[in-house]
Amino acid sequence: MISIDHYLLLSLALFAVGVVGVLTRRNVIIMLMSIELILNAVNINLVAFSRLYGSVDGQVFAIFVITDAAAEAAVGLGIILAFFRNRKTLLADEMDLLKW
Amino acid sequence: MSHLIPSSILPLVVPVLCAVVIVLVLPLLAGYIVLVERKVMAGMQARLGPMRVGPHGLLQPIADALKLVLKEDIIPARADKVMFWLAPLVSVTMALLAYSALPIGPAFQIADLNVGLLFIVAVSSLGIYGIVLGGWASNSHYSLLGAMRSAAQLVSYETAGGLALASVLLLAGSLSMKDIVQAQLDQGIWFAFYVPFGFFIYLVASIAETNRAPFDLPEADSEIVAGYMTEYSGFRWSLYFLAEYANMIIVAGIATTLFLGGWLRPLARYRDHFPGTSVELLDAVPPLLALAVALYCFHLAPKQPVKIQKLVMAGAGGACAVVALALAGALFAPASVMQGVHGAFWFLLKVFTYIYAFMWFRFTFPRYRFDQLMRLGWRFLIPLALVNVIGVGIAIVLREQFDWNPFLSLVPTTLATLGVAMWLVNDDAPAAAANLEATIAQSGDGE
Amino acid sequence: MVLANMLFYFFALLAVGSALLMVTRRNIVHAAVFLVTTLLATAGVFLQLQAEFLFVTQILLYAGGIMVLFIFVIMLVNLDVEMLLVQFNRQWSVAGALAFALAVQVFFALWAGRDTLHLPAPPSQLALKNTETVADALFSHFLMAFEIASILLLVAMIGAVVMGKRRVE
Repeated sequence: MISIDHYLLLSLALFAVGVVGVLTRRNVIIMLMSIELILNAVNINLVAFSRLYGSVDGQVFAIFVITDAAAEAAVGLGIILAFFRNRKTLLADEMDLLKW
Repeated sequence: MSHLIPSSILPLVVPVLCAVVIVLVLPLLAGYIVLVERKVMAGMQARLGPMRVGPHGLLQPIADALKLVLKEDIIPARADKVMFWLAPLVSVTMALLAYSALPIGPAFQIADLNVGLLFIVAVSSLGIYGIVLGGWASNSHYSLLGAMRSAAQLVSYETAGGLALASVLLLAGSLSMKDIVQAQLDQGIWFAFYVPFGFFIYLVASIAETNRAPFDLPEADSEIVAGYMTEYSGFRWSLYFLAEYANMIIVAGIATTLFLGGWLRPLARYRDHFPGTSVELLDAVPPLLALAVALYCFHLAPKQPVKIQKLVMAGAGGACAVVALALAGALFAPASVMQGVHGAFWFLLKVFTYIYAFMWFRFTFPRYRFDQLMRLGWRFLIPLALVNVIGVGIAIVLREQFDWNPFLSLVPTTLATLGVAMWLVNDDAPAAAANLEATIAQSGDGE
Repeated sequence: MVLANMLFYFFALLAVGSALLMVTRRNIVHAAVFLVTTLLATAGVFLQLQAEFLFVTQILLYAGGIMVLFIFVIMLVNLDVEMLLVQFNRQWSVAGALAFALAVQVFFALWAGRDTLHLPAPPSQLALKNTETVADALFSHFLMAFEIASILLLVAMIGAVVMGKRRVE
């Protein structure tokens, strides 16, 4: 029988992979993609609880999360493009102009 | 029989059978649609088309398929092998996946999803990956450029097409394909006549979505070799090709279901019977049509120059006569069988009419340049689609709140949308002309 | 029931497997494709939870829109030389510790609430379909959030256009 904790564990697994991806990769585009993975894990969690309690609020929240992810991806990729045109690098280590 | 199959699998048997039928029939059907296209192209260009392989070229698709399968499989040097293998697969998979929600007549649907329409649109939007990854993996300039252009075109026209579908959804009130056809039956009119602008926008958007002329810049031979398909040969190319024609049938199916009444016959609510029977008058039209085609084939048969062509024409006439018999026989069968058979007939007739219109446009209109294409999508179709949705919304409010007659409520909003369309068309032309002249003047001075 | 269980395990394994592959690929395009697979598997999980509208929204917006944007940008900024550099920084121990801490927290929460987490049977015949229920909630309770989300998208659109323009020097 598949109960809620299966879905919550799946969400945890995706979240953990996303967190590890953000913290360990040097390429900013892959960091952005790991953030998308984290948002997906949150969505699974929200929808699982919406199913448990029979209310649709969790799904509506998940729709808003997807909307926000779209906006964030668009602006984030725009920033990355602009930075790449200037500095020709995509590695987070080398984006250190403002460091003291 | 049902005790042999576990109960959790039992409801899946019929859909899986339908799916197997579709997957088997589709490549053959796509091949013969190409033959029809070449014959129609020939007819419009005052020549004969394929005539050599088989009588009147009827075995041409078989020959083409054999050739493609037996051709050498060339992978460019330094191409990304995994992506190169994956891209046509993604295209074909997404094209075929969309068939799972498409109803071919009231009895033949793999899955009647509650969100069927959105599912088909979503899966079609995944087909973009096949194009982009294919262009990227080929490690060639023309492929990448063609892929980027094609993907940009698809994304732009997807928005316009989706908004056109939204205007129909407002009228139908449901996303399930069966419910939308039922709504057309209940409201007594096909939505193409109710929302003509929605139909027009979807027609244009669907031509652009399938990369057909006049929107075929990304894959036209004289423009960019073959766009994202340049480096693909043999069986991989045939997969892309199958995906393109499967996509064409899908958009025709969506247009038929949403705008042209699906499997309903024209004048579906006119229920006068033949005196003394339960057979409706207009239901006798399909067998009569098939019989007329059969008689025409028999009439043409003696006039063929070669004996094998006479035989094949007579055979075609015979096949049409058998279809006419089947349709007539269905008239006296139980109601569900009759609806299934006649519904499938009308659906297929409308789908093929839509595809014939695609072919007609291909051989009539000159190709759009890429910037003209993008301007048409973003600055004409999307504003028009938005105004259309607002107009249909206002018409529905007038109908529900103020109890106007449904047709009367749609006339002013359609006229207003027409006014906006005329304004949009005229608004673009001077700016575009000025832009072009400035560009030409600039490049002239530069030399 | 057996089929439903098998489907869940299939989607779950696909999701987690693709996610792991995504964060370890050297080639960015491969990573993007694996993220698309993860998103599609997540959509399957949504469908299993009877969230039909979210299922199609996930495919249409996330996999069919956001990821296409990612792939476009990846192809624009492609640097072949980058694939030869070191891909991982030196924080992997911190990341591992953090992930472990998260796992411990969630396992503890699940164990503490283990009696209350049984899924009710899905309702046999809903009065309203999922899409209509979501639409009702979205346009009544969450109308303010909906309007704010539209303004957010407008702002993001304008921002992305401004960011993406080439400065004509």
